[in-house]
Amino acid sequence: MKGGRVKRAALALMALAGLGMVFSQTKHMSKEWEEAAKRVYVPSGQHDEFYVFFSGGFNGQVGVHGVPSGRNLRTIPVFSVNPENGYGYSEETKGLLMTSHGFLPWDDSHHPELSQTNGVPDGRWLFINANNTPRVARIDLSEFKTVEIIEIPNSAGNHPSSFITQNTEYVVAGTRFSVPVPQKDYPIAEYKKWAKGTITFVKVDNSEGEKNNRMDIAFQLLVPGYDYDLAHCGKGKSHGWCFFTSYNTEQAHTLLEINASKKDKDFILAVNWKRAEQCLSEGKGKKVKTLYYHNYVDPATGIAKSEKRTSVTVLLPKDCPGVAYYLPTPKSPHGVDVSPDGEYIIGGGKLSVNQPIHSFTKMQEAIKNKQFAGEVEGIPILKYEAVNHCEVKNICLGPLHTEFDDKGNAYVSCFISSEVVKYSPKECKVLDRIPVYYSIGHLVIPGGDSAKPWGKYLIAMNKITKDRYLPTGPELPHAAQLIDITGKKMKMLLDFPTHGEPHYAQMIPADLVKKHQKKIYELAKNKHPHAVKSEDEAIQKGVVRKGNEVHIYMTAIRSHFTPDNIEGIKVGDTVYFHVTNIEQDWDIPHGFSMFGAQNANILIMPGETLTLKWKPEKPGVYPFYCTDFCSALHQEMQGYIRVSPKDANVKTCWWTGDKKKCAG
Amino acid sequence: MNAISRGLLALAALLLLGVFFKPLWKITLEAPQYPEGLGMLIWVNDITGENPHDLYNINLLNHYIGMKYIEPEKIPELKVMPFVFGFFVLLGLAGAATGSRKLLLLWVGLFVVFGILGLLDFYRWEYDYGHNLDPNAPLKIPGLAYQPPLIGCKTLLNMKACSFPAEGTYIALASLILGLAALMLSSLGGHKTEFTEAKT
Repeated sequence: MKGGRVKRAALALMALAGLGMVFSQTKHMSKEWEEAAKRVYVPSGQHDEFYVFFSGGFNGQVGVHGVPSGRNLRTIPVFSVNPENGYGYSEETKGLLMTSHGFLPWDDSHHPELSQTNGVPDGRWLFINANNTPRVARIDLSEFKTVEIIEIPNSAGNHPSSFITQNTEYVVAGTRFSVPVPQKDYPIAEYKKWAKGTITFVKVDNSEGEKNNRMDIAFQLLVPGYDYDLAHCGKGKSHGWCFFTSYNTEQAHTLLEINASKKDKDFILAVNWKRAEQCLSEGKGKKVKTLYYHNYVDPATGIAKSEKRTSVTVLLPKDCPGVAYYLPTPKSPHGVDVSPDGEYIIGGGKLSVNQPIHSFTKMQEAIKNKQFAGEVEGIPILKYEAVNHCEVKNICLGPLHTEFDDKGNAYVSCFISSEVVKYSPKECKVLDRIPVYYSIGHLVIPGGDSAKPWGKYLIAMNKITKDRYLPTGPELPHAAQLIDITGKKMKMLLDFPTHGEPHYAQMIPADLVKKHQKKIYELAKNKHPHAVKSEDEAIQKGVVRKGNEVHIYMTAIRSHFTPDNIEGIKVGDTVYFHVTNIEQDWDIPHGFSMFGAQNANILIMPGETLTLKWKPEKPGVYPFYCTDFCSALHQEMQGYIRVSPKDANVKTCWWTGDKKKCAG
Repeated sequence: MNAISRGLLALAALLLLGVFFKPLWKITLEAPQYPEGLGMLIWVNDITGENPHDLYNINLLNHYIGMKYIEPEKIPELKVMPFVFGFFVLLGLAGAATGSRKLLLLWVGLFVVFGILGLLDFYRWEYDYGHNLDPNAPLKIPGLAYQPPLIGCKTLLNMKACSFPAEGTYIALASLILGLAALMLSSLGGHKTEFTEAKT
């Protein structure tokens, strides 16, 4: 009996000990996460420390989040229409999406890049590329609005873009897909005959003042028909150079997966743009006929202008010796990243287990000593050994992109092995690794591709989400992971979902962007030709008919439109609602939507004028209303339009309350 | 053979029918981006995914490294094995029915030989899949072969590949043990009979 009791007591004790162990373990786990939670929690009403700008990939937009909280702040429409605010639907914004192929409602945005001064992100602008129909856009960060888009002619698959030089002198673009230059009908199998690549340098006007026509194509370098994949420009000692990875030096045109993976080494193309400037000034470029669009928002009117351009300057490497060199680089390199001091040029050998690091100093030496292994179309190929600083052996599987911190460390994303590896490019040594979930593409550190990284956080942008969040059917968000990089070991802090497919991103201390935020547009400065700045003016102008074209001048202020009753519209008319938001208070937008319009709504900011086009099809009385919950009486912010038959004889009148006017 | 041996042999033969209903071997692949894992089951007459589409997905992965597609219809062993097992069932039943110790010996002997040959053959297939890679594969890591282990786990690139016998093999093993038991018991009884025969 007694023995039994002892046994039972011992068992109970053991069970307790076991339970204790389990608890202490869970507690240990949660303690770690508790700490992480403290690091990322931003209390109510407080701001995040950094902005991160994610490219939207196949949504064509830019996603803005706060860091460390991961809170999604905004989606900036860039290359895709956005019915949410009428971008690409309003008459004012349609022009931004004009190309030599007509109005394009969609594109694929990949690599955002912040403007820089002396190699440091300055928070003025964000550039981003369109991959599908080559373009570069500029977003003004005082408004978080796309204000300029330039089309890149003689190009396809504008992937190695929109990387910039250290003083935003240039934005670069390039051809991931080689094409005939100029376009012409060829049999595809004659690839080697027709395939050409172009590297485009877009000059940026950095002058102060309110202007949006800042980008202009300076020149295009005609290069061999490989696939130019990614880019980064030099800084510090390598300022004056830009680097572009290339794959498919095999020049395959079908089943590239196999046929472009054959060669042991492809190239990084090094372009000396200062040398190019020299050659151009000596008249070595050729003006070539082409067609592309340059679109920009006129800051005075807020209306996007589309200008056609018909020629571009093309430079051939053979006409300008010293303008370009090829650096052999293993295994179809993907990313190319330059260390903050400008010394290391790192290729991501995506099919390799090693990370090749080139040295800018060695490259200069090799050029001086003519250590060439050959030449292609006037571009000398430098000897691998002559330019290579080292290969970081067995760094991971499938290294793609490297970013840098402010302590001389580098961080590479590894797609196949799903991890971030911290290493020293100088010592060619792996320092730490952390798994990410799953299949990381790019990674980003604030200023991590500039001369001045703020080495506090790293965000891994993972391509595959699977079971990381509550499931949402077959289509899932992408997964960002925030990692603390202040210590010796990297620490996982937070997961948060992102929209579209973030490829690259840019992070910047929030203060650099916050300081020049616009809150409203000055109504007094609104030069929109169809703006009405008061209700009296709206009643005065009211409805103007030019044949079948009808212009309606309207104001919006809490909580009514003026006019809100309109008669005299007929089936067959094309109606333009020019709505001016005459509020002058922060965060009081008004929306406008028209029943049955084959169009979106427009979201009008205070002081702004936007125009919605509508073609009434059936007689009747149709409502319009404000789509943004603007005030306590938002639901009352509505109006009616009477649509009469084509041949009706209804007098054109408009009014709000007692303020009424009729045509004629 | 005594009644016990005959019974055991009959049981062994009947038990062997189980291999037609359970997989013989299981190979699993683990990697972070496959949180649910990927598995491949080898049956007497087929190779299937552990979950629907697993085999399809494994083949898709293998194409990066240039491994041949695993196509069950192109593996002749899978056509032969059902007959071999069928033969063992019938032979065992025949041995039990006739009480012939020779048949029992033959059954056990052939079974052991067949088991060893089977494992060797399996190893040969694994070696072939792991080494005989398409030289044009996108992912070529010098000196790295992708042969999964015969039994156990091995890390291949970012994948942890594990290979272990499955229920079918355990059934076959149990059947063999029953056969061996029958043999042991029969030799105890059989010795006596032979002795008597020799005397007369």
